[in-house]
Amino acid sequence: MSTMTDPPKADFRLSMLINDTRYRSLTFQVIAAIVIALSIWYLGNNLIQNLRAAGLNISYSFLGDPSGYDINQRLIEYDSQSSHGRAAVVGILNTLLVAFLACITATVFGVIAGVLRLSNNWLVSKLMAVYVEIFRNIPVLIWIIIIFTIMTAVLPGPREFRGENPTSSMLFDLFAFTNRGVYIPRPEFANGLFGATFLNWLLVIAVLVGSWFATREIEKRASLKQEQTGERPKTGLVKLAVWLVPFALLMVLMGLTWEVPALKGFNFSGGIKVGGPLIALWFALSIYTGAFIAENVRAGIQAISKGQTEAAAALGLRPGRIMNLVILPQALRVIIPPLISQYLNITKNSSLAIAVGYADITATLGGITLNQTGRAIECVLLLMLFYLTASLLISMAMNIYNASVKLKER
Amino acid sequence: MADQTTNPIAFVADGTIPPSPPPANQTGIIKWLRENLFSGVANTILTVLSILLIYVLLKNTLPWILNGVWNADSLAQCREILDGKTGACFAVLTERWHQLIYGFKYPDDAYWRPNLAFLLMLVAVAPVLFFDLPRKLLLFTAVYPFVAFWLIWGGTILVPIVALLGCVAAAVVFQKFGKNSFAAGFFGGIVVALVVWNVGGALIPDDANEGALLSAVPSRDLGGFMLNLMLGVTCVSLSLPLGIALALGRQSDMPLIKWVCVIFIEFIRGVPLITLLFVASVMLAYFFPPDSTVDLFLRVVIMITMFSAAYIAEVIRGGLAALPRGQYEAADSLGLDYPQAMRLIILPQALKISIPGIVNVAVGLFKDTTLVSVISMFDLVGMIRGPILASTEWNGVYWELLGFAALLFFVVCYGISQYSQWLERRLATDHH
Repeated sequence: MSTMTDPPKADFRLSMLINDTRYRSLTFQVIAAIVIALSIWYLGNNLIQNLRAAGLNISYSFLGDPSGYDINQRLIEYDSQSSHGRAAVVGILNTLLVAFLACITATVFGVIAGVLRLSNNWLVSKLMAVYVEIFRNIPVLIWIIIIFTIMTAVLPGPREFRGENPTSSMLFDLFAFTNRGVYIPRPEFANGLFGATFLNWLLVIAVLVGSWFATREIEKRASLKQEQTGERPKTGLVKLAVWLVPFALLMVLMGLTWEVPALKGFNFSGGIKVGGPLIALWFALSIYTGAFIAENVRAGIQAISKGQTEAAAALGLRPGRIMNLVILPQALRVIIPPLISQYLNITKNSSLAIAVGYADITATLGGITLNQTGRAIECVLLLMLFYLTASLLISMAMNIYNASVKLKER
Repeated sequence: MADQTTNPIAFVADGTIPPSPPPANQTGIIKWLRENLFSGVANTILTVLSILLIYVLLKNTLPWILNGVWNADSLAQCREILDGKTGACFAVLTERWHQLIYGFKYPDDAYWRPNLAFLLMLVAVAPVLFFDLPRKLLLFTAVYPFVAFWLIWGGTILVPIVALLGCVAAAVVFQKFGKNSFAAGFFGGIVVALVVWNVGGALIPDDANEGALLSAVPSRDLGGFMLNLMLGVTCVSLSLPLGIALALGRQSDMPLIKWVCVIFIEFIRGVPLITLLFVASVMLAYFFPPDSTVDLFLRVVIMITMFSAAYIAEVIRGGLAALPRGQYEAADSLGLDYPQAMRLIILPQALKISIPGIVNVAVGLFKDTTLVSVISMFDLVGMIRGPILASTEWNGVYWELLGFAALLFFVVCYGISQYSQWLERRLATDHH
């Protein structure tokens, strides 16, 4: 019987670097490392020379300088005396706001369209197919512009609300739809428990979260009771009370009032202004991405074989429970990963805000700040850093979710 | 045998009764309507709502389209002709047709050049898309990029010829040495091409553009839908090989290569295309040698190619991962080395699986070429939003122009996706 022996080590020849698989990968990597180092050196050298020629340097101190421009749509305090850094933060919050809103509505549109596309109703399923094809095959930039144009062309200007016989009137005297944006009443606390509005809102959220945990506890107890006695106690009213009573108490305690928008001079004032660009971007992103989500939902539902439904029916489950307990948990495993990558796309596509003048991070940091300070490299790098962080966080969440729903095979 | 007439039984059927037609509401169009549109209360409500929706849409758009004015010089004249009726002003399309298609700076007398290039592109692309066509046509496909470059940019014919010569030399070297060692052929080819390009580039006289057969057109004069098409076609074709290389690199056993590819792919996929276009417009110029002038078109092509290569790489990686392990092992056991195994066994199968994904990326990329309007290039959207809507004649003609742009993109993108579905059926070699 022969034994495996190591090949003789003594006769190492130079040609083995290419021909011997043991050394070849090492050779290639060394060559690659040299090439990469050389190109980085070359590009860096060009950069340094060009910067020197233009009399520039890399510095982020411009972020502290006053920005000198105004932003209409903002979630935090900001004026033209604030720094460029604060403008960037306003932009980041605006990006997150429109991405968050669009994710929710896109999911709603997508799920409705996806389910209706599988409907038995011929007309409805064809209509949904037309919706999906039209929106998927036309660039989102064109949709954003079209919807922005609809907003500004179709909705009345603020001046049409004026005078004795205005041509337009406010909806329920609470909401005003104008071509500059939609004005909605703003909730305010007359006697808040804290000085800062921000803390008051945090309290409201804390109370709601508390109610949510309480209802979950009630559900759990009901299930326990059901397992012990076979009878499920009625929990509907109790749950409703747990949701409503603490919330209502808090509202009365803090003195909730609504600041209703009113026409003052040439424009509306008071209330919350949801600007036209925000609405156009929000709606365009949701209806465009909704078409993609519809396809994902359809694929997910179709991926579940009909045998599953039949087996569940054979076990005696009612149709609603078949959907909830058998079909959806399996379909969601197929639907959710592409859904999350659609959310990623929404976040990235929200950078098209610059086309309609919505002040997201691309428009503030990558647009006005860049043009005013001329700090192209710094601004673009910061911009990329933000989007990269956001994408990596979202894909990390996706990986965690995927691991948790993975089929446990034995 | 007894006589029939004396049969004691009163009546005997002498044949089968023909089947009677089903009840009127169980057949034909009525049955179809009942089953597909009015099978229940909820369905009926949905049907009625859909019909209402279609009615409202048609009621608002049909008169607008049918009353459309096709011949006028300005919006004011359109309104005069319409005389208060609702109607579209399609005259903007006919009057500004050249601007929409070629941009506003491309020389008038040279419009035949991009037209010819477009027609030739159809010929060049055909053998790639349809396998039944004679393979000899691929030769034309290989020459096409140089012909198209010469037609669109014009100038001296020496530039495309030198470029073509470099590629031919590289191909010859690869044929000669690639049989023995893929690496020797590949890198030798690159070196030879670089040598040919440098020597040839030095030989071309500086004033070669003067008196050339086709007048030279600078890149910044390109525009309109032509620019979208050029960016889409160029970037997709360039990013395919790059994407394959990145996908293979990401699967590599060599840690350095693998991590370089992973970082590149994840970085590009993590940022929006618009930031990459910002890089192209304001930042990339800093990375070229100080005295070089790389024009914006080329910088945009570089960035978009990198962008789509990262996405295509991920699609192909999916295809590679979907292949059974046995295929790799079979290739190894046949004694094929890595390039042979990839070229002959792995990639043909992996690419076939990836086709739908690649087409999706291509469609998405073609739609994304509209983003160049944000960095003030005048593509179709840029033309509409810039020179045309800003002109005094056509200020306010939104719907006709945007609808036209949407229609153009829809036709191209829908066509590509239909082709991809046809190809999938065509390539399905597994039977079930």
